[in-house]
Amino acid sequence: MERTLTLVALFAALIAGLGLIPKFTLAFGVPITAQTLGVMLAGTVLGAKRGALACLLFIALVALGLPLLAGGRGGLGVFASPTVGFLVGWPAAAFVTGFIVERWRGNLALVSSIASVIGGILVLYVFGVIGMSVTLGKTLPEAALLVTAFIPGDVIKAVLAGLITSALARSRPASVLSRG
Amino acid sequence: MISLTSPVETWAHRVPAGVKLAALSLATIGLFALEDPAPLALAFAGSVALVLSGGWRFAGAAARSLRILWPFLGLIALWHGVTGQLAEGLAVALRLLAALTLASFVTMTTRLTDMVAVASWLLAPFRRFGLSTRALELSVALVVRFTPSIARKGGLLTEAWRARSARRAGWQVVMPLAALAIDDAEHVAEALRARGGVVPPEHTG
Repeated sequence: MERTLTLVALFAALIAGLGLIPKFTLAFGVPITAQTLGVMLAGTVLGAKRGALACLLFIALVALGLPLLAGGRGGLGVFASPTVGFLVGWPAAAFVTGFIVERWRGNLALVSSIASVIGGILVLYVFGVIGMSVTLGKTLPEAALLVTAFIPGDVIKAVLAGLITSALARSRPASVLSRG
Repeated sequence: MISLTSPVETWAHRVPAGVKLAALSLATIGLFALEDPAPLALAFAGSVALVLSGGWRFAGAAARSLRILWPFLGLIALWHGVTGQLAEGLAVALRLLAALTLASFVTMTTRLTDMVAVASWLLAPFRRFGLSTRALELSVALVVRFTPSIARKGGLLTEAWRARSARRAGWQVVMPLAALAIDDAEHVAEALRARGGVVPPEHTG
């Protein structure tokens, strides 16, 4: 009970901390923040339920007015902006990512990368595209077109999530709860 | 940690948080129901007047929170300029501006403790279904306490990287940072257990 609680809370804090690491920019100028990498890791390391809880906790604190998002953003305004879906979809993204890692007992780095692509990109973009289509008054395919530029960066993050998860499993084996 | 509440005291700071949040919800639903640019322009003007009622410094801070909309406003202008549906584009832009201004206004005029009070009031019915609000409060406190600590450790890892490499640190610091967060979590869990744990004594038997 205590371990679950502290791991969930510390992963929420880790996602916040990752927002403060300077952005790394891809070759063609699309900036990517490390925060969604944190969401993928919440799923691959903590598993479906706890990973989703960590993201839920993070979003609740953003809504309450803490500046936890990259660039010190936060507050209710985030939920009225076009990118709302890319935040609200985090718990579902972490849940699906964690669910796949829990069920598919293959090579951890590979499984975690694939799970992160499915959960952290596919599932998250469904939420993100719906959010953009509603706030910008566009149809779903039009909104999807607007976010395609961010997919390469997220694929890189998914591969990194796989590598980091397998490194964590070697250095902190007891704490990778998704394979516990 | 610094919250986004404005240090500039306005009249709206004294309005109960629940009232502001309920009004914001209704206003946002209303904004998305409107289709015509004229009433939306009126709504945006109203939200600007609301923000200006807090004084120039307050309004300046509120205007900064609108900066994230610039790329989207540019996109809308481009899109609707090309397709020629100008009225529609104007409506979308005004709706976004008004909704974001109102939401920022509520966040800036409501203290974190008041927000937490509304949240726990909203969650109270779930206590009956076994939701432990104590565990929730504790985890909120842990995130608030450990975010600066993890950010500091991230900074130290980046500096250590810089001392050894000519290139900038990026994703390489994420793995050790995650390991440090896990270590912190294990230590705090141990400390909590040593102090009687999260579950109140009356439930443990």
